[in-house]
Amino acid sequence: MSETIIYTMIALSAIGILAAVILYFVAQKFKVYEDPRIDEVETALPGANCGGCGFAGCRAFAEACVKENNLADLFCPVGGNDCMTDVASVLGLEAVKQDPRVAVVRCNGSCEHRPKTNQYDGALSCAAAAALYSGDTGCQYGCLGHGDCAVSCDFDALHMNHETGLPEVVDDKCVACGACVEACPKTLFELRKRGPKDRKIFVSCRNEDKGGVAKKSCEVACIGCSKCFKVCPFDAIIMNNNLAFIDSDKCKLCRKCVIECPTNAIIEVGFPPRKIKTDLPPKPAVKKEAPATPEVKASEETKTDNSDQK
Amino acid sequence: MSKLLTISPSPHVHTSDSVNKIMYRVILALVPALAWSVFMFGFEAIRVTLLAVAACMVFEFLIQKYIMKEVPQITDGSAALTGILLAFNVPASLPTWMIVVGALVAIGVGKLSFGGLGNNPFNPALVGRVFLLISFPVHMTSWPVTQHATVDALTTATPLALLKEGVNAGKPVSEILLDLPSNLEMLYGNMSGSLGEVSALLLLLGFAYMLWKNVITWHIPTFVLGTIFVFQGALWMLNPENFVEPIFHLLSGGAMLGAIYMATDMVTSPMTVRGQLIFGVGIGVLTVLIRNFGAYPEGISFAILIMNGFVPLINAYIKPKRFGGQK
Amino acid sequence: MLKTFKLGGVHPAENKLSASKAIEKLALPKSVFIPVAQHIGAPAQALVKKGDQVKVGQLLAKSGGFVSANIHSSVSGTVKKVDLAMDSSGYPKQGILIDVAGDEWEEGIDTSSTLIEKFEADSKKIIDKINAAGIVGLGGATFPTHVKLMPPQGMKAEMLLINGVECEPYLTSDHRVMLEKAPELLVGIRILMCALEVKKAYIGIENNKQDAIAHLKELTKADQSIQIVPLKVKYPQGGEKQLIKAVTGREVPSGALPIAVGAVVNNVGTALAVYEAVQKNKPLIERVVTITGKSVANPSNFLVRVGTPVQQLIDAAGGLPDDAGKIISGGPMMGKAIANTDIPVTKGTSGILIMQDKEAKREKVKTCIRCTRCVTVCPMGLEPYYLMTVSEKQIWENAEDHHIMDCIECGSCSYTCPADRPLLDYIRLGKGKVGNIIRSRKQ
Repeated sequence: MSETIIYTMIALSAIGILAAVILYFVAQKFKVYEDPRIDEVETALPGANCGGCGFAGCRAFAEACVKENNLADLFCPVGGNDCMTDVASVLGLEAVKQDPRVAVVRCNGSCEHRPKTNQYDGALSCAAAAALYSGDTGCQYGCLGHGDCAVSCDFDALHMNHETGLPEVVDDKCVACGACVEACPKTLFELRKRGPKDRKIFVSCRNEDKGGVAKKSCEVACIGCSKCFKVCPFDAIIMNNNLAFIDSDKCKLCRKCVIECPTNAIIEVGFPPRKIKTDLPPKPAVKKEAPATPEVKASEETKTDNSDQK
Repeated sequence: MSKLLTISPSPHVHTSDSVNKIMYRVILALVPALAWSVFMFGFEAIRVTLLAVAACMVFEFLIQKYIMKEVPQITDGSAALTGILLAFNVPASLPTWMIVVGALVAIGVGKLSFGGLGNNPFNPALVGRVFLLISFPVHMTSWPVTQHATVDALTTATPLALLKEGVNAGKPVSEILLDLPSNLEMLYGNMSGSLGEVSALLLLLGFAYMLWKNVITWHIPTFVLGTIFVFQGALWMLNPENFVEPIFHLLSGGAMLGAIYMATDMVTSPMTVRGQLIFGVGIGVLTVLIRNFGAYPEGISFAILIMNGFVPLINAYIKPKRFGGQK
Repeated sequence: MLKTFKLGGVHPAENKLSASKAIEKLALPKSVFIPVAQHIGAPAQALVKKGDQVKVGQLLAKSGGFVSANIHSSVSGTVKKVDLAMDSSGYPKQGILIDVAGDEWEEGIDTSSTLIEKFEADSKKIIDKINAAGIVGLGGATFPTHVKLMPPQGMKAEMLLINGVECEPYLTSDHRVMLEKAPELLVGIRILMCALEVKKAYIGIENNKQDAIAHLKELTKADQSIQIVPLKVKYPQGGEKQLIKAVTGREVPSGALPIAVGAVVNNVGTALAVYEAVQKNKPLIERVVTITGKSVANPSNFLVRVGTPVQQLIDAAGGLPDDAGKIISGGPMMGKAIANTDIPVTKGTSGILIMQDKEAKREKVKTCIRCTRCVTVCPMGLEPYYLMTVSEKQIWENAEDHHIMDCIECGSCSYTCPADRPLLDYIRLGKGKVGNIIRSRKQ
């Protein structure tokens, strides 16, 4: 009996030692040298692995930082300038500052503003719907409302509002990684410069149809009338294909265009209430609420909606 | 136009089949065998079946609602089916609390811990049964005497158990067979055993119904039973004194129940016919091995569970024959 | 034993409600919208402008490349505008809107119904005529016919297959053409055989069209070169690859064209159009369209001018039923749902199907129970359940490895899924994405 035990112990120990030796030599043989700075840079990064920098993950971005030896084209939108300063100090390089950005939804065609012309009854995916046809309203540029963007967001910063049928961005959580820009088949998302106190003004429409057609399909469409273009003192507005676009780098948030817009397609967010001026015509009550305080409920509803598809 | 037209991608027509229909058809296919077991074991059979079904459905509802926080899906019939199959796999004399524990393991561990219907790698009813068998071997192998037996006893043994006992005691098979029910008796169901496995004939009737209604295909049951027949036949030809003839093994124990109703569980069987061939042959070989050489007299539940474990692998490597693919 | 293809296939209810209705001419519409892209490939270039007077058969838009087709006017009248409008693709497309006035035909078009059997046996001239007439595949895919007739360098057609399968439920337009226009059809087939320089043609017809099979067999008794092949009823037999497999037993390799196994497939409607183009000088300006549906008062087959709004067809068939829930351009398995009835009939419109409310809605999606039915019915031998999962999760490499590009979008998987999963919706999406990835890799 005791002999069995002893033999077993000897045999197992021998196998163990042999395996250890083999492992050691194999490890030596296949050792790959890695720049230790890659680890350091990776530690400085937020570790969200969102791909917002254009690389496959934080590790890949760190490798690129070390390899390029120049941070001019590399920027982590999640970590922002602070993070890039850390990275730069690790590598002894100069960080290039970028303005913090935030995603905005360039469609305000909620159910009440944009009447439905048909009912969609396919897979609940914007991409699938867009591949099929132009959408369930008269506007072929607008939001399809199936929430591909909300699914793509890794930061819980995008939720579908089930009353309007449109996505809403939580400014505080949005890191401008660009996932929603990629996900939206109608390219309704734009990464805009974060204004002071998160104030922003933008054209919440992408409709390139002629004015009459656009107006017919959606009350709050940009009809390409160019009134805002004319009123803007800073040349921040570009007219293209019957559609106005406000360049967030030039815009000084003066709000003149907002008043001018006949269809309320230009949206202001985060401003204090305007003093009512009597000489202005009263505006129809179609003002989008500031999405700074979204309903968290929406996210749960989205989940239950999609749960049957998992 | 006042009414909005519907737009959806093609195809615009759909078969009338649905998951619910499949589940309820399987349950319907099991009804004759259930009726027979009531005839054989009396009220006890009804007690066990109802308990198992109710326990499975209640556990599914509670777990889905309060632990998984999903919308409970108990109406799809899958929990009821698991309950019936679990009941079919236990003796009619099993105590109530054991059935409830078995149902909890089947639904909780076997099914919902993997994410529910469609995601479980192992057949839930068998997980419950094997759990009970290993935990309470005495209760799980004490078979009540059928209502129509002539012997004056409370418990008896299954043909398979008697066979194993005899072989282990060194008796030749021909001698043991004298004490066992004939093949004809086993075919129509005059033997002892778990609730649902006694009547091979009625199980085959259910199989025919499922084939007619296109619920399952013939492949897996044929592969399993064919393998048992061929493999056992080969052993029998080699040594008829040590091994019993193959028909006995097809009719005894849970071979029919396992091959027709458990191995064909859609969720836990391979996707392609070639995969199903491997799967079925594996079950057959393992069953014969366990029955002849293992410690347990019956082995099909273990065989199915083991092969269930190989299904993801089979699915990953055995691909369907592709149109225009390289040969 | 009837021939059929081996892998997969489903048997949806046939519902050929209009099979016994003879083809009728639909009255001229008040205005037509003729899209410049009615085919696969480059859109045609519009030649007319607002205010131009046009005649029936006049060239409106010139073929925009090799894989493209001419567009002719189907009516006479005034061009109202050249603008965007919705067509059956679901997106606004460039097209020509014409106000109809009278019915004045371009000179040189033979509008009589006399059968002309003799034709000049010159492959090049025939193909040029077909090209000029803007003929595309009328089965639904609308691939320009002249491209099919010119095999790539080093390949040679051995046989011509004529697709008279019409495996889509409800549709009967090909069936009626085979019954009523058989002599013209056979001349068209001989012309196509001559263009391809092949000695053998097969007409594949599903066995549910006994009358057409008998009729064509009778007419081809003396001609050994054209053989009628009755086929077992199974969807998607009308798929090009499935038809070749069923008739000849040859399997088109993955990613290859039918010409790789020496076959060229054309629809019966196309063969008829070829006859009219070559013998009668008539471009492709009208086609037979089935208008059908369970609630439609009068399911029928109409000869319709291209560009006619769908509404007019519906009116001719007894109006839009009250319980109409969905209008489909094409058959129920592969057709496209359209959002309104102003959408025009185009070269590829084989039928208009009006579905009832209760048929139109999809069931709630449930979880996959791995029943293997999608794998069993897939005629291409793919794994739809897997392709859907990877497409949904956007794992494009895996989708490509599992041959998502082989999918013919026949819809058998979605049709058969007991859990009502939108398999094809996601596979189609994945196919598009993977196709883009492959194309960008090649560049």
